[in-house]
Amino acid sequence: MSTLPRRLATLIVVAAIVAFLSIKLSAFRDYQIAEVAYEVTAVAGLTVLTGLSGQISLGHGAFMAIGGYATALLLMHLNWPFVAALVIAAAVTAAAGAVVGIAAARLRGPYLAGATLMLGVALPAVAYAYPATFGGDQGLDVTFTVPASLSNSVPPTRWDAWVGTTVALVTMLLLANLCYSRIGRNWRAVRDDDVAASLDGINVAAARIRAFVVSATCAGVAGSLLAIITLNVAPGAFTLALSISLLTAAVIGGLGSLPGALWGSLLIILVPTYATDVATSHGLSSSVGSNIPIAAYGVVLILVMLAFPRGIQGGLRRLVALFGGPPGREREPERKPIATPEHSEKEGSS
Amino acid sequence: MSRPHRFRLTAAVAVATAAAFTLAACSSSGSGSSSGTTSTGGGSSTAPLTASAPGITSTTITIGSHQPLTGPAAPGYDEIAPASTAYFDWVNAHGGVNGRKIVYKYLNDAYDPTTTTSVVRQLVLQDNVYAIFNGLGTPTHLAVVSFLNSEKVPDVFVASGCDCWDNPTQDPETFGWQLDYIREGKILGQYVAQHFKGKKIGFFYQDDEFGMDGVKGLSDEIPASQVVAKESYVDTNVNVAPQVAKLRAAGAQVVISFSIPAFTALLKLTSLKLGYNPQLVVSDVGSDPITLSGLLESFAKQAGATVNGNQLTQGIITDGYLPGLSASDSWYVLFKKIHDQYDAKEPLDGNFFYGMAVAYTFVQAMLKAGRNPTRADLVNAINGGLPQGPMEAPFAFSASDHDGVTGAYIGTIQNGVIVQQGPVLTTDATATGAVTTYSGTEQQAPASGIPSP
Repeated sequence: MSTLPRRLATLIVVAAIVAFLSIKLSAFRDYQIAEVAYEVTAVAGLTVLTGLSGQISLGHGAFMAIGGYATALLLMHLNWPFVAALVIAAAVTAAAGAVVGIAAARLRGPYLAGATLMLGVALPAVAYAYPATFGGDQGLDVTFTVPASLSNSVPPTRWDAWVGTTVALVTMLLLANLCYSRIGRNWRAVRDDDVAASLDGINVAAARIRAFVVSATCAGVAGSLLAIITLNVAPGAFTLALSISLLTAAVIGGLGSLPGALWGSLLIILVPTYATDVATSHGLSSSVGSNIPIAAYGVVLILVMLAFPRGIQGGLRRLVALFGGPPGREREPERKPIATPEHSEKEGSS
Repeated sequence: MSRPHRFRLTAAVAVATAAAFTLAACSSSGSGSSSGTTSTGGGSSTAPLTASAPGITSTTITIGSHQPLTGPAAPGYDEIAPASTAYFDWVNAHGGVNGRKIVYKYLNDAYDPTTTTSVVRQLVLQDNVYAIFNGLGTPTHLAVVSFLNSEKVPDVFVASGCDCWDNPTQDPETFGWQLDYIREGKILGQYVAQHFKGKKIGFFYQDDEFGMDGVKGLSDEIPASQVVAKESYVDTNVNVAPQVAKLRAAGAQVVISFSIPAFTALLKLTSLKLGYNPQLVVSDVGSDPITLSGLLESFAKQAGATVNGNQLTQGIITDGYLPGLSASDSWYVLFKKIHDQYDAKEPLDGNFFYGMAVAYTFVQAMLKAGRNPTRADLVNAINGGLPQGPMEAPFAFSASDHDGVTGAYIGTIQNGVIVQQGPVLTTDATATGAVTTYSGTEQQAPASGIPSP
């Protein structure tokens, strides 16, 4: 089967599973599906940036903020339908991504991490500087309701889950196509060796900027989803902790892998809630109970990284290979682990 | 050509993850949930108890909250929910509310708004709580106000003095409780304007809604010509030396501080180091003497010095809207009895009193809401006004005003205790409303410890 039909089939299967789950499960689980949807949208963009083009961003929360605020402002002042607001929010974030990307293309390693970190910390503060527009600390309320024709049969959280999942899946499909196109191949070439890539005629800076734009756009779309799912955008929602959790999800899932983005997001969203449920239902002593979820989350992260140094998707792939998966079907790019110590040393001394 | 092209990602991720844990970790205490166990008591009415609303059964009322049990806001504030639980345990052991036990389930949001949105939905959508009670924090609670109002879940007695909870047309379900920072600023401002005439005054405040609301209230009362410096801090930067140096250079003789306890302590210690000793006036939020003296001693110890916390807090002017820690006060006697019986491990300090008093107000509201209340009944009951109970001043509650308590007394810290100076003062949250002496008297604690319906 050729690539596109295979991806479409995967997409339909996932959509069907989500639709089934969203009807079977409780309203809170629907909300969690919606949470996973916006998380995976942002993580997918980040995993492409870091895993494929080799750039890092510790400030993706800022792009989510741009998408979220753009959506809130459009819904509030112009009463636009969500789809239109989503498209414009994505465009605005893409523009912001281009500006940052131009700077990012000139920066390497820790300097890029530092610059994006600064962006992540500083940008949400703009909301405080212009309280008349952005509502300061209180942020902006977002109105998002189930369409009138469905409002009797579909509860709001299920609708959120559906909208979120649809947007996330479409984003993933577009990203998947992009990654295996010429653009994606150029990113990998730039990641592996930018000198060789430029000798091959690839415009290294342009490729890097393009990756940043794509990645920022995904974060903007995720921010837009976050706005309609949580019904509020405020600077407090886009903290450094958010940016770091996105990167954590990308790494845990497997850098550069889109299914990995899903595994990572599921872990980030579900483990803390599950651990809290377990801790509270076992009547643990007070000081232990509230720390259990944090400890459990940490332990899971450590275990995954120990067991699967290439993330969950890398581990799954290895398991499939061990148990004799179909050879030659592997269309995912074989990624070398990025900058393992011996690798960078070799490079440094050459 | 030996440029390392690729970023050492493993290292970066390790650093980032470590940072995430540092943000998440820190102190903690407090339990996840609690419920009473004794049998149902009787009500005066004979109407059968029904499951009249989500979260209400014939035997229980389940309410929920988000609290910082870990993270930077946990020290001190993590005592509040256990204190409320202690009061509910007391009520449950003495017949409950109309025979129903209160089940108080509070979840940890680590003071992170994204987590707040998730845990509050868990409480509302999965645990089906009747109301969200005393959700703690301005940025955290702001993230869920819109959701709670769209779901028509009563959102009562938010644990923050932000004026933003008073928005009854847009957020009819949301109610404040503690003294809002604008009123507090006006009350402190009037006292300073009257008692420090002609002195040079400086402001020191947290650079967010809390500090800015406070400064707004102060500016309503203090002539602008007297204010020589306005210095703000952000709560992530513990170096306040530049701000203190500017206050000193401007010659401020009185410094009014809208700060959380850690920054009140930093202000005091930094002033000491610079040989600067202005009269300190501190907002209630940042002036609990027990918390403050502990922080002063531990910060000084970290810097290799030894100080006496109570000596350093001596003479600080502040305000209070909760009953004082004096053995002659009927509320102190009641709260101490409940403390010793249900929550003896935690200190008997301002945070404990806060949790007690807000739980008492909730029981008052529930009793007023009726025998088989719906969610709307609770909101209507509060809109109809509540008796002041343990508070020093009356509540503002009405259909058009969702602010909480309206006044406070001025006090000075003497030997580690806030001593009341003068009468209770009340005011409104507008720029022009006068600060007046409250003529009513404080209510006495009921002997049973349970408000009468």
